[in-house]
Amino acid sequence: MFYREAGQFKTSYKADQALMPILQDRVGLLVILAVAFVVIPVFANDFFLTSIMIPFLVFSLAAIGLNVLTGFCGQLSLGTGAFMGVGAYAAYKLTSIFPDANVILMVLLSGVFSAAIGAVFGLPSLRIKGLYLAVTTLAAQFFLEWCFIRIPWLYNYNASGAIEIPHREAFGVVVSGAEATPIVRYFIVLGITALIAYLMANVLRGRIGRSWMMIRDMDIAAELMGIRPLQTKLMAFAVSSYICGVAGAMMVFFWLNAAEPSSYSISLSFQILFMVILGGLGSLSGAFMGAAFIWILPVFLKFIPGTIGINVAAETVEHITFMVVGALIIFFLIVEPHGFARLWQIAKQKLRVWPFPY
Amino acid sequence: MNAFATDMTAAPDGVSETAHREELLRVDNVSLSFGGVKAITDISFDILKGEIRAIIGPNGAGKTSMLNVINGFYHPQEGTITWRGKERRKMKPYEAASQGIARTFQNVALFKGMTTLDNIMSGRSLKMHRSFFWQVIWRGPAEREEIEHRRKVEDIIDFLEIQAIRKTPVGRLPYGLQKRVELGRALAMEPDLLLLDEPMAGMNLEEKEDMSRFILDVNQEFGTTIALIEHDMGVVMDLSDRVVVLDYGKKIADGPPEEVQANQNVIDAYLGVSH
Ligand SMILES: Nc1ncnc2c1ncn2[C@@H]1O[C@H](COP(=O)(O)OP(=O)(O)OP(=O)(O)O)[C@@H](O)[C@H]1O
Ligand SMILES: [Mg+2]
Repeated sequence: MFYREAGQFKTSYKADQALMPILQDRVGLLVILAVAFVVIPVFANDFFLTSIMIPFLVFSLAAIGLNVLTGFCGQLSLGTGAFMGVGAYAAYKLTSIFPDANVILMVLLSGVFSAAIGAVFGLPSLRIKGLYLAVTTLAAQFFLEWCFIRIPWLYNYNASGAIEIPHREAFGVVVSGAEATPIVRYFIVLGITALIAYLMANVLRGRIGRSWMMIRDMDIAAELMGIRPLQTKLMAFAVSSYICGVAGAMMVFFWLNAAEPSSYSISLSFQILFMVILGGLGSLSGAFMGAAFIWILPVFLKFIPGTIGINVAAETVEHITFMVVGALIIFFLIVEPHGFARLWQIAKQKLRVWPFPY
Repeated sequence: MNAFATDMTAAPDGVSETAHREELLRVDNVSLSFGGVKAITDISFDILKGEIRAIIGPNGAGKTSMLNVINGFYHPQEGTITWRGKERRKMKPYEAASQGIARTFQNVALFKGMTTLDNIMSGRSLKMHRSFFWQVIWRGPAEREEIEHRRKVEDIIDFLEIQAIRKTPVGRLPYGLQKRVELGRALAMEPDLLLLDEPMAGMNLEEKEDMSRFILDVNQEFGTTIALIEHDMGVVMDLSDRVVVLDYGKKIADGPPEEVQANQNVIDAYLGVSH
């Protein structure tokens, strides 16, 4: 009863194709934005920002990136970690070469490099599909990781082999390096993630988003309707890798402060993939839900038992997380490939008819 | 609705008129084989502007393969295809699409994860040009373009009487409606030549009547040329101006429906092959 479109008639196509045609959804989004931009900054402590919110947002953005490619365009990729790494190393090199340039801009620019590399590794997608394509992206993952280790220029010949994020200021505040405060980092990460999510929502509801979904759902029919498969897939690879690259750069600049090649390994690829699967293939809001679940569940398991006086060992937490996530992934793959996002829709559908389901 | 009327030269159906009509497509001596299997052997026929051209024949006769040749999905080993007076070389399906050839499929090939509306909107892909930059910004040119095409799509939705399922994911629709949405998607391309591969297969009588009416309306109101594969002889007799009959990949008859129906080769072919 509280959630329904009854009485909300659309008098123009413009209103009907808005991102959220239903009033309750718009209100919900406004509430979420208010919480994210006002409530959390006012009330949250540094631990909550640094250990929960910032990584959650970074992973959400990466999950959006992978979702563009896998959820919307139907091309499975296991190279997400490496594409994120490309963004991180590119941003690091950019800020080393141009120390005076605004580092936020450099982070946004770094995605261009991962987009180019993503497009190159997307070339085989014209000929191969599904699992075989996943294997070529796996090759990209290993090749790029190898580059991160073997090309010392990428990490400025640092003896440790790691990249360490330098002190940078923008608009008079410290934005990166050890002195940057959590609240500043949080606002940057939140701003970039929200902006890219909004822009992607635009792309996905228009011609280009549709062309990706056409390729995903029935590539032969798509081609017979004038879609060029190679261009369309390469664009999905490029856009996806751009977003992943920015997420990877944010990961090291505004969260970790330092990164090694192993930070961008295959396990990161899988982590993001699991977020996409749990959240829902082909759903932007699902990317946030999946990231929240996979990132916050272990934190919960770690701290909640402690607060009620039960002692749980760190390994136990890890094992429980593995089991829960694994079980859920199997469940979702079999029962509900559209993940949490779809469950949420079903719940909304139930709310719409509640309390009289018939 | 005349938004997608493309060809005003089309005259109402009638066999006598076909003689004066301009040729839209011609295939000459086309042969196609898959490894050892000869799907099409030395077939020639033409399709005139504004007509409904039926392609019939028993199962496995090569009808679908013929459509696949016409829209560039298969490349014949021999023979030529002349499209609007120009002989055309190997052509990719998306090139055929951009030259005005649209089709529906024997087994519905809709975009299952998308709504009816998005499926039909996808037919407008070739006519929408706003770049990625404008799409990202959305407000302004991209949104205006989307609305402009949405109007045309809504015309098609009204025409096909599928307003109620506009926002339904097509995977959940019954088969008959899926076929209708697929027709809508092809119409959205405003094609010059519309290839329909068994648009009424698996439909009940009422659905067949609806579909026949839509096909006739498309042909007569918008002047769209149609190549129609259909097994139901009653439908073929009612709708088509001329019929070409295939059997085992060869052409065995070609002419007006009554003439073809009386042709002994055709009768033998249909009696000889049980369905
Ligand atoms: N991709 C392919 N590979 C191999 N053989 C094929 C292929 N496509 C069609 N064929 C063969 O070509 C012949 C003609 O097939 P086609 O699908 O064109 O027949 P049809 O007239 O459409 O039949 P139906 O009425 O059953 O749809 C058949 O023998 C079929 O097995
Ligand atoms: Mg067939």
